[in-house]
Formats: sequence, structure tokens, C-alpha cells
Amino acid sequence: MSTAAARRPLDDRRGLGTMAWIMAVMLFLTVLTGAIGLATAGGTRALDRQLAGRLTVQIVEPVAATRSLAALRLLQALRQSHDVARAAAVDRARLAALLEPWLGGEAADADLPMPALIDVDLAPDGEAERVAALVRSIAPAARVDAHAQWMAPVRRFLLLVTWLAAGLVGLMALATAAVVLLAARAGLETHRPTIEVLHMLGSTDVQVARLFQRRIALDTLGGGAVGTLAALATVLVLGQRLAGLDSGLLDRVTLAPGDWAVLVLLPLAFAALAFFAARVAVLRALSRTL
Amino acid sequence: MANIVQFENVGLRYDTGAEVLSDISFTLGTGAFYFLTGSSGAGKTSLLKLLYLAQRPSRGMIRLFGEDAVTLPRKRLPGFRRRIGVVFQDFRLVPHLSAFDNIALPLRVAGVPEAEIAEPVGEMLAWVGLQERTHARPPTLSGGEQQRVAIARAVIGRPEILVADEPTGNVDPDMAERLLHLFESLNRLGTTVVVATHDFQLISRIPRAHMMRLDKGRLLDPTGSLRHPAGPGL
Repeated sequence: MSTAAARRPLDDRRGLGTMAWIMAVMLFLTVLTGAIGLATAGGTRALDRQLAGRLTVQIVEPVAATRSLAALRLLQALRQSHDVARAAAVDRARLAALLEPWLGGEAADADLPMPALIDVDLAPDGEAERVAALVRSIAPAARVDAHAQWMAPVRRFLLLVTWLAAGLVGLMALATAAVVLLAARAGLETHRPTIEVLHMLGSTDVQVARLFQRRIALDTLGGGAVGTLAALATVLVLGQRLAGLDSGLLDRVTLAPGDWAVLVLLPLAFAALAFFAARVAVLRALSRTL
Repeated sequence: MANIVQFENVGLRYDTGAEVLSDISFTLGTGAFYFLTGSSGAGKTSLLKLLYLAQRPSRGMIRLFGEDAVTLPRKRLPGFRRRIGVVFQDFRLVPHLSAFDNIALPLRVAGVPEAEIAEPVGEMLAWVGLQERTHARPPTLSGGEQQRVAIARAVIGRPEILVADEPTGNVDPDMAERLLHLFESLNRLGTTVVVATHDFQLISRIPRAHMMRLDKGRLLDPTGSLRHPAGPGL
């Protein structure tokens, strides 16, 4: 008895490889792009979590005693407010450390005039506007900065990269479908004599389409697995390099376990896409014959 | 004898060319044996293509198995084709499949379970004398062997009609006679056989067969009653 492979009416060995390699490249690019999109989406979410409901109150007052008094009164008022979950003064040593990269050793000078800063975490139902009004009623010259506001350009950039990556993944899917359509048409042409015989023996279009679907889905899966593995290895190396930068902002641009699962599922999704694209292409082409 | 095929004023043209078949009218009786003769280019292959539903006519009416084959929806064609066995002039075996798998193809197309395929295919290989060539692929078979595989493939599904286009054109006289015996024995089992040939020696071997003659796309004896002089028809 012959094996299942040996009794398939279409010769699977003809043209084997080309389609698989194209799919390897497509999936490599798709998984890499998908990883960038998922990582930036994760970064955006981490940024949102970190910045949501955080304010900084800044008291700019040249006279140190007046500044300290205002800061103390504000701290007390904020701690009593229902809108505030936590309020803490930023100590002068930490401010000096923040300024050190620009001012060098002079940042630690006790006579250097520095604003008093209070970090505020809003309560879950806290309103930033009410807190700002409270601050102005006690220290009219104080400024209230919402963290989310000054990180908004970064957030917008991360979102832009995420959407761009999503768009590119969509384009890759379309390109894959187009490649499959062309491959199916070329396959129909290559196997035309056999397909004519199959039709004359009573094969239905669906039976013929199944032969192409199987072959194209296998090529997509095989090539896709190779491309996905290469892309995941690249993502791992890039992730290690990114972690080595020790950047507070880029540290958040990482992949969660769920993101890795999505990336691993991409070749399966593309194989399913190729399967249906092949079916549509073959059935449409056969419907124009007798 | 009931009619299994009926052609009425059938015409066929390819694209915008002249008609290759004109005003073809005839009937085929169930279980009868027919020879279709005519010189090369007379239209024999075109007529057979209409018979095995590889072409639709440009005009006229064709009834097959009691149904209108001209307006038959495309999705019903496979069911009709499974009732017709075809031996192509150029065999049209699938080159990468073994003799066994070529013969098994109609059964697999019809969805016969794999466990039920080996026995009938083995019987068919024995019937055409190719038991020793079960695993041989068509390129390694002689012309006669390929022809026998093609015949076995055409008849394994027990078709109601067998259509053979010049089935003995590529084989020596001994083999031609053997193949004709295969057709005859199938015909005795009730299959309507239509063999296109211009070999009158071959035709004379089956005196009871009906003969239809084509000339320049027209059927000269639409009743199919012409017989070879050696036969009882004249």
C-alpha cells in the first residue's frame, strides 16, 4: 500500500520551498513588528498606571522661611483632603540629586534657592481640579503639575508606534493573502492537467481546493515557524540590550507573558489566513471552468 | 432499449471559430456498444467531449441519464461525471502516482474508504494483466501498459457509460484486440460503450456494435444503425 503522501493527486514536491521561504520572511517581519507594537502598548499601559492620579505641587518662593511655612500648611491641608491618598514633601537632598547632572557639586549648596515640591497621589475618586483649587486657596503662587500632562507627548509617541505596528501587521496579513492568491493561481496553472483529470473523474471544486489548502497551510506553518523563531530570538536579544540601557522610560517597553503567547500564535493565525485565501482563490478560479 | 444519451441538433464551436460539430442528432441505447468513426479532424474528440461533459454545446439539446445536460448546474456535473468512464486518447495518467493509485483515483474521488479500495483495485489490475506493475509509475510503463491503466481507471467506478477516444491508437494489434475484449466484457455487464476509432479492422471484431460516422463535423448516419459489412446490420 502506498503512503498518504504518495497517493496525493497533486505532486507536493513540485515547487516546494519557495512558498515556505516567503512565509518565513513574512512571519519574521510580522512577529518583529508585532513585538514592537505589543511592547509599546505595554509601555503605554505601564506609563498610564504610573502617572495616573499623580501630581506635583511646586512652591516657588524666594524667602526660605515663607516657602517652608507654605509647604507645611499645604502638606497638612492635602493630607486632610478626601481627594488625596498620599502627600509627601520631596526632601532637599533628593532635589539636589536630581539637579546634580546640570549643576554639579553646586546643587548641594545650602544657599541655592530651590522650590519646595510635594508629591501627591490622588485618591481613587480624587479630582485633580479640586486639589488644585485647594492648593491655590492656601498658596496662590503654587503650581500644580499633573504627571500625565508632561508625559503626554511620550505617551502619544508610544501610542503612535503601537498603532503603526498594528497597521503594519495588518498590511503583512494582506500581503500574505495576496501571496497565497498568486501561489494558488500559479499552482492551478502548474497542475492544470491533473486538475482536469480530477474534474473528469468527478472531483468537486471543494475536493480540488482542499489539495491546495493543505499544501499552502503546511508551507505557511513550516515557513512561518522558522520566521517566528528567528523573530523571537531577535526580540530576546533586543530586549536584553534594552534592559542593559537602564533607562527609566524604555524599561517599561517590555513584553508580558500574554504578549509572547500572541506572538507564538501569529504563524497559526497566518496559516489559517492562508488556508482560507487558498480556498477562495482556487474555488473562484475553478468556478470559471466547466 | 431505453436511451441513455440523446443529442438533438447539437452544434459546437470553440470561441468565435466555425462550428466543429453541426446539427448532430442521435440516441445511444442503454447497454449498447457504439463505434464512432471518421477521419482525423472529423470531430470525434469534440463529440466525445460533449458526451463526457468536458464541453457544453453552442446550441442544441443533450439529454444524459434522462436529464438536460446543457443547462445542468455546474455543481451537479461531478455527480454526472462519476457515472461516465473516460479513456483519453493521451491516457492522462497522473505521472507521480503509481498504477495502483491512478486506478484508485475515481474511488478516492467518490469518497470510498481507504480500507475498501485495495481489493477492487487489485482485481482491476489483474483484469488488465498488470498485477506485476502495481507500484510502477506511468513514465516507466509502456504505451500499452499505460493504456490498460487508463482503461482500468475508467471502469473501476462501474460507470454507466464508457467513452474511449482512440484507445488502440498507441498499441500493437494484439494489444488492441485484448483491449477491445476488455471493453466488450464490460459492455456485457451492462455498460454503454462508445469507442472512437478509425480502425475498421477493430470495428469488424464486434459485429453487434452500432457505428456512427462523422465527416467534417456532421453525423452521416444519425440513427447509429450502420454496421460493418461483416456484421448483421447490413
